[in-house]
Amino acid sequence: MPDTLAHPVRFGSNAGQPVTRRDGIAKVTGTATFTADNSPENLLHAVYVPATIARGRVTHLDVAAAEAHPGVTMVMTPGNRPALQGDPSAKPTMFSFRIEVLQDDSVRYAGQPIALVLGETLEAATEGARLLNPRYAAEPARTRIDDDEAAPVEPGGFGRPAGVEHGDVAAGHAAATKAIDVTYETSAQYHNAMETHAVVAQWEGDKLSLDVPSQALLMSCAGYAYFFGIPAENVTIRAPYLGGGFGSKAIPTGPQVLAILAAKETGRPVKLMLTRQQMFGPVGHRGATRQRLRLGIDDGAALTVIDHEGLAATSSFDDFVEPAANASQGLYAAGALRSAHRAVRLDVGTPGPMRAPGEASGSAALECAMDEMAEAAGIDPLEFRLRNYAETEPGTGKPYSSKALRECYMQGAERFGWSGRPLLPRQMKDENGLLTGWGMGTALFPCPMFAADARATLRSDGSALVETSAIDMGQGAWTALAQIAADSLGLPLDMVEFRAGHSSLPDGGVAGGSGHTATAGGALHAAGGDVIRQLGEIAAADPESPLHGAGNAAFSARDGRLYVDGDDSRSDSFADILARAGSAELVGNGSASRAPEDAEKFSMHSHGAVFAEVKVDPDLCQVRVTRMVGAFAAGRIINPKLAESQLLGGMIWGISFALHEEAKHDPRTGRIVNADFAGYHVPVNADVTGLEVLTVHEDDPYVNALGIKGVGEIGIVGSVGAIANAIWHATGHRIRRFPIRIEDLLTA
Amino acid sequence: MSGHKLSLVVNGERVEADVPSNRLLSEFLRDDLALTGTKRGCETGVCGACSVLVDGDVVKSCLSLAVQMNGREITTVEGLGRVGALHPLQQQFMEKGGLQCGYCTPGFLMAAVDLLKRNPNPDDAEIREGLSGNLCRCTGYQGIVDAIRSTAEAGHGA
Repeated sequence: MPDTLAHPVRFGSNAGQPVTRRDGIAKVTGTATFTADNSPENLLHAVYVPATIARGRVTHLDVAAAEAHPGVTMVMTPGNRPALQGDPSAKPTMFSFRIEVLQDDSVRYAGQPIALVLGETLEAATEGARLLNPRYAAEPARTRIDDDEAAPVEPGGFGRPAGVEHGDVAAGHAAATKAIDVTYETSAQYHNAMETHAVVAQWEGDKLSLDVPSQALLMSCAGYAYFFGIPAENVTIRAPYLGGGFGSKAIPTGPQVLAILAAKETGRPVKLMLTRQQMFGPVGHRGATRQRLRLGIDDGAALTVIDHEGLAATSSFDDFVEPAANASQGLYAAGALRSAHRAVRLDVGTPGPMRAPGEASGSAALECAMDEMAEAAGIDPLEFRLRNYAETEPGTGKPYSSKALRECYMQGAERFGWSGRPLLPRQMKDENGLLTGWGMGTALFPCPMFAADARATLRSDGSALVETSAIDMGQGAWTALAQIAADSLGLPLDMVEFRAGHSSLPDGGVAGGSGHTATAGGALHAAGGDVIRQLGEIAAADPESPLHGAGNAAFSARDGRLYVDGDDSRSDSFADILARAGSAELVGNGSASRAPEDAEKFSMHSHGAVFAEVKVDPDLCQVRVTRMVGAFAAGRIINPKLAESQLLGGMIWGISFALHEEAKHDPRTGRIVNADFAGYHVPVNADVTGLEVLTVHEDDPYVNALGIKGVGEIGIVGSVGAIANAIWHATGHRIRRFPIRIEDLLTA
Repeated sequence: MSGHKLSLVVNGERVEADVPSNRLLSEFLRDDLALTGTKRGCETGVCGACSVLVDGDVVKSCLSLAVQMNGREITTVEGLGRVGALHPLQQQFMEKGGLQCGYCTPGFLMAAVDLLKRNPNPDDAEIREGLSGNLCRCTGYQGIVDAIRSTAEAGHGA
């Protein structure tokens, strides 16, 4: 076992247990307070007007009509918008986007805010917004990906992915005895967390208090502070619960900044909550892509090349290019690998990271291409992947920090019953005559870490308070992080009070990239360790302690007592140690991040294998996913119940990507015609049957101190391709466009 | 907007109110009565986050006007059970992991009450069909079905 960890990881009885959600009681009784549930005294309601054209200028707003409406207190337009201290085009923090805050009369996409109305009631503000009745000078909208307009991406960090090339790509193409050249398209998708974006803003002098759903509290404080020219510490954010985030709630958005500005201008608290329709505009989305994949194999079905070119839609005024082609890096042992990105500028809101950014879209295309390559080779898709299994990271030769993908393949296939699968398509029917098909896909997701701090306070009664500004957007931070903290302190879970979701706490980092449990958990683990270390020093120096003089020995903590390692006869309770020392409490601090040199040593990824069964009506071509098995190796699982829920949710997002989600633009107006839940489809209960998750054991001593890889996003990654491949296996049709629609199959 | 006198029962308590005719039931519950367990999710009756019981039947409160509720009896999630006296469905949603972010949970609970009233022993397909008027974007659907099945199996369906 390599010794990259400074200390052996201690795990007590808490981590690894399927503890029931600690926030469950608040959520089932309706007492969990989300942003818009806050209504301070003297509140004003804000409603913004979304542009109904996609490009051009606003030429007229009927401000007088809106102002005359009873209950309307203010109409904010580019003509009277109070000054902001920050530049709306600046990017004050990581993940920032350029925002629209009525800086001029231009319209850059449909749904952009073009005015804000304040009212004493929501109804008054809504009616005032309607009365503004905007007129426009419209220009033709550009909403379709056009190859001719595409430009290479200039690499520049977040949103501007660099291409990657390993090996001799031309030689890889030349060496292929069989090759495919296929193009897959993915549609624009909108996060649509059930809780729409909202804010309740209150000013007191130059201090700003916000209720706002945020996936990164301290970073958001800095972002809001920038726009209002105040120090970040003047901004306080409360966000105990997020009604989902999925990547769209990390940074300030234009509507939220406008509501805060309105609160400043009026001197009253202001609440703004986006309508569902408004979620299709200024709050990010998964950009559409067109991806070309050229794969080649030799006579032994070994990949000679994976050549993956991504073309992604971004906005006309900002850069977020879906890093889809990079999904081909790090997975299969191809002789040569190339990923390249181009972008096309459209009159749409700026895309952004949405659950499994890059990997979800890129893997959808890659896993289908792998299936097509296996078909061309005449071998089973699982066998084809095993033949191209990478023992070290392709291209770089770096070792994986851990990789139990082979076990995922085997356990998933076994559970699914893959071995009986006919090689050719259209071979299976069920008892009702429905065409039945089986497909699979590989899942890969990186294990990033952000930076986080935490504080642990041991109290005189032996209980503890642990604190970090961690975020629970549904994944279970209130529970899993408390489990980690309790273990780090050697306390039962019910002796630990956990505070999170508030910006006054130590920086809990970013709830994103599937890295929050590892990062915030790592900080809590370190803070607890700091308390235990100090406690050991106090006890060892205390002549009255049974631990006196054991200063050179290691201590372990469990059930509120400190033990000399290997000698259970020598122990002392936390409470007694503190009492004799005359201490009311003992404070420990911890932080977690990944050292850059550690990141260079290993390829760090979660892995998985997803198997799907679909049934397709031979006449109507209606597709149902009837079974899925996902086997995932994601390092240490802190709470199996929560982790399974995350992985299942990811797989259902895979169903949604494959069969449901697509924002459709009217090419004449540039508006999204299905910008609501009636037209923008996501799975409901009736769409989801027969799903099963297996977690494959994996010990990873390198990825971080806790061995956690993260489970929030990987579930989508292999699932999309698995479903598309199953549809081919059922019908014999390759539909190279997502979502796969009935009409695609009818006309195939 | 002129007011309308309203007299109704909410979670077992008599409520007298004066509401404008254009106030949605969802806003009346949330803003006027501070019963914020009921959520706004789509305002078009698709997502079900605003589901409440009106005279025992599930209703999407974003599609109902408050003035329609005169003389009616309304139950929201706050009236379903409370800490220490949870409704069996609340207990099971918690134990079976039938929630993630929790935003859709109150609506799912109210829809589930209605489902079990009409069909005390639903099979899984009936549960899935019966709850397909509610969206969960975290897609914790499996846990929700488990919770309702176990509630029904324990004889709490009626």
